[in-house]
Amino acid sequence: MNPAVRRVWGLVYRHLTLYRRSWPRIAEIAYWPTLQLLIWGFTAQFFSHAHGSPAAMAGGALIAGVLLWEITLRGQLGVTITFLEDIWSRNLGHVFVSPLRPTELVISLLTVSFFRTMVGLLPALLIAYLLYAYNILALGPVLFFFFVNLMVMGWWVALLIVSLLFRYGAGAESLAWTIAFGITPFACVFYPLSALPVWLQPVALVLPPEHIFAGMRAALFTHQMAWSELAMAALLNVLWMALAAAVFAGQFRAARVRGALISIGE
Amino acid sequence: MNAITVKNLTKQYTGTLAVDDISFTVAQGSVVGLLGGNGAGKTTTISMLLGLLVPTAGTLTVLGHDMAKDRFAALAKMNFSSPYIALPQKLTVAENLRVYGHLYNVPKLSRRIEELAAQFNLGGLLNRLAGELSAGQKTRVALAKSLINRPDLLLLDEPTASLDPDTGDFVRTALETYRRESGAAILLASHNMAEVERLCDDVLMMKQGKIVDRGTPDDLIARYGRDDLEQVFLDIARSGAEAGA
Repeated sequence: MNPAVRRVWGLVYRHLTLYRRSWPRIAEIAYWPTLQLLIWGFTAQFFSHAHGSPAAMAGGALIAGVLLWEITLRGQLGVTITFLEDIWSRNLGHVFVSPLRPTELVISLLTVSFFRTMVGLLPALLIAYLLYAYNILALGPVLFFFFVNLMVMGWWVALLIVSLLFRYGAGAESLAWTIAFGITPFACVFYPLSALPVWLQPVALVLPPEHIFAGMRAALFTHQMAWSELAMAALLNVLWMALAAAVFAGQFRAARVRGALISIGE
Repeated sequence: MNAITVKNLTKQYTGTLAVDDISFTVAQGSVVGLLGGNGAGKTTTISMLLGLLVPTAGTLTVLGHDMAKDRFAALAKMNFSSPYIALPQKLTVAENLRVYGHLYNVPKLSRRIEELAAQFNLGGLLNRLAGELSAGQKTRVALAKSLINRPDLLLLDEPTASLDPDTGDFVRTALETYRRESGAAILLASHNMAEVERLCDDVLMMKQGKIVDRGTPDDLIARYGRDDLEQVFLDIARSGAEAGA
């Protein structure tokens, strides 16, 4: 095996082994997506029964929004919690003095995040199908593009949070649970851009999810694919990921100058 | 050949000069002790040697690699152990060794783990969670981890701190054996002067970020007119003279 691939696998193996032995950790991964889906799924079902076909379509959009936005939230948490696990176990010192490069560390975190997201979403997908007869796979191959874009967004948000952990240490760990949720109002997951005040709309427009969910609503309501929205989301993700990678590299370097890698758990 | 060459190394934090223009070498195959009181600059020096910390000035060459430009090549050939950095508690001993075997790209990893298990009496512990081990058992596992890649340079920060005399002796014997069989260099930071006298060919005495003296344990004891290294340590630590004497 290529040494770089093997180093990445070493860290992925460390985390997969941890999950294999810890059912509370696995339950935590699936808990919120399932809970969110139950709350919003029953809400959507109530409105569709009460108000007929248009409300049923809106309900479908609500359930799809919940499921898809969870990709970003789980993707982000997957990276930051995986990083925090090594802080909590006081193991990062050993990791940082091994030949593992920072890019390999990031690839490891993203890989674990992918597995966590899959495990977190599968029960929610199943519940959506069994309880609400909602099959998100019916969106077709375009779902793949939604998935990739939303996952990448979760990852660049996570890299920015890990950069804050390098800067402020474990004292900033609460940001891991709050920042992505804080973006939700501007992500236009459950409503179109026009629902936001005019002065807030530029904020939403520079974030990929506004374009992704506009594309999702177009696919659901008109069965047309808004490729321009998806292309804009992809472009924005590339730009944000480049920015997040630069911030991560800068903060990693700054942490080595300040000695913060030694005291990151404090 | 030197395993470590340090030239004019300085680390300045805001308002604190942690390491002040030190230079030293560690020859391949030698064991060098890094001694000094708390805050003398030992951990800062080791952190710079490990690439955890960027020096403010000076150069570090480790196993022929400039740490400023090529630290990962050096890190692949060295290793580190400290009781202050833990291994993942929820992984078994074997899983921990496997993780680090992958990180260090160790060939024939299962066989290497078996060798280390035999060497450090870990056979019965391989399937136990690291978090369930006693302090002495954790130290043996940490040492096994630090030798997983057969390092040419081993950096040890108080490897026997808080161990009972029997386990401490076990660790020291293991280090002597590894050094003899591998020809590796070892840089040892310790507050246990008897351990330093037993293991080290050479001792660097640090105070206030500077190297204030250097010599073999016997040389230092003779030069200070004392009976053992602990008395030398106390003389240096309590002397009013500024560092650099």
